[in-house]
Amino acid sequence: MIELSGVHKAFGSNKVLQGVDLMIPKGTSMVIIGGSGTGKSVLLKSVLGLIRPDRGTITLDGQDVTKGDRDAFLGRFGMLFQGGALFDSLRVWENVAFRLRQGAQKRPKDEARAIAIEKLRRVGLKEHVADQFPGELSGGMQKRVGLARAIAAEPEIIFFDEPTTGLDPIMSGVINDLIREIVTEMGATAMTITHDMSSVRAIADNVAMLHGGVVRWTGPVNEMDATSDPYVQQFIHGRAEGPIESVR
Amino acid sequence: MILTAPLAALGRVVLDALAGIGRIVMFAVQVISHIVRPPFYPREFMTALLQIGWFSLPVVGMTALFTGGALALQIYAGGARYGAEAAVPSITAIGMVRELGPVLGGLMVAARVTSSIAAEIGTMKVTEQIDALTTLSTNPLKYLAVPRVVAAVLVMPVLVAVGDSVGIAGGWLVGINQLGFNSSTYIKNTVSFLQFWDVGSGLVKGAAFGFIIALMGVYHGMNSGRGAQGVGTATKSAVVAASVLILAANFLLTRVFFGS
Repeated sequence: MIELSGVHKAFGSNKVLQGVDLMIPKGTSMVIIGGSGTGKSVLLKSVLGLIRPDRGTITLDGQDVTKGDRDAFLGRFGMLFQGGALFDSLRVWENVAFRLRQGAQKRPKDEARAIAIEKLRRVGLKEHVADQFPGELSGGMQKRVGLARAIAAEPEIIFFDEPTTGLDPIMSGVINDLIREIVTEMGATAMTITHDMSSVRAIADNVAMLHGGVVRWTGPVNEMDATSDPYVQQFIHGRAEGPIESVR
Repeated sequence: MILTAPLAALGRVVLDALAGIGRIVMFAVQVISHIVRPPFYPREFMTALLQIGWFSLPVVGMTALFTGGALALQIYAGGARYGAEAAVPSITAIGMVRELGPVLGGLMVAARVTSSIAAEIGTMKVTEQIDALTTLSTNPLKYLAVPRVVAAVLVMPVLVAVGDSVGIAGGWLVGINQLGFNSSTYIKNTVSFLQFWDVGSGLVKGAAFGFIIALMGVYHGMNSGRGAQGVGTATKSAVVAASVLILAANFLLTRVFFGS
């Protein structure tokens, strides 16, 4: 279980997180929604330790994420970045098998390559893609490679940062379905940040809305439409009128 | 208030500059401390060796060739005023191996390599590849900085040695074709005049410049701002910083080696 309690983070005078409290039970899929610049990425990166919060605690299974063996901690995570964040100088299979080629999870080259090809197949990519470079792939294919890399070491927890941004609706649907299938079959805990309401409905067990530096509303996805919270209603229906200022 | 404002502004500039120097020194210490601690990345190191060393050979060679030729012409023209034309081989050689080989080689490699490292790592930063490395349990400093810095320190003396040789050859070509020197006499004067430390000091300078070249590229790349403008600014700052530091380090090392 991931638990955030009173998490604060400011960049200069810009107070991005102002006391975030959130709980993500093990094996569930939490989707964080909220407008641009509301601190969704900061929240996600804080859990991973890429950003250090100014105040508050973040625990994983009761253990403070800032303490203990960092490699072992990160070894439990997989992450799909917004732009894929694939390493340009490495072939696709080397990107996917990156974690399997070093550290505690190191495997022989042939075994790592076989796992990479299997994961590429899992996300709907053919074997020949393995020897291409990321720059030779379309945006949708890069996203799938990023997804294959995120699941290559079979992590317990997977983070997805805007998984469908920049993709056409059909490819977005494919990625959403893949994420749902993979999270379910691996039994992983998932945390996704997105603006895309079709992603929310496809991926989420639970939803949390971040606004004004705090979690404005959280609950099961099937209760989201019925909530009377005006912020959530404005956001999920994409209305210009409402308590959230359209020009921020 | 009006009188103290310029002083306050000057103070801020000085403090910013000192803070910047402090950050670079801390970064350098971190990089050095990681050099001896595993894991090591031999593939990244070999790639860096190729990129920094092998692919810099043409630019270093061409720079040295023309500089050696021009130096021979200048020394001949200047020496003629005192009837010291015969000093062309020895002064060309000492000028190349002590100063021009390392400094011009360092500046040319800084222009080619520092910019390339800063742009590559800056782009990796803005496309979240550096964050991705961290989430994949890989220390970006170890993976990106250490192989490049070690490769540059090892390969720069080799580039300087090549530059020295080509520069002396440039002087020799001009000497025998344009200034009327006998080929074997020119070579004999060059070889007999040079001492081990003339060449050795240039190679040590090369290693120091290699450290500066790679360190500035990595530091500015890793601290790049957002977007294309951020990467552009990081690249420019890296080349300027590397060039100035090379010239400053050259003065300090020359003073240490030959100041007495």
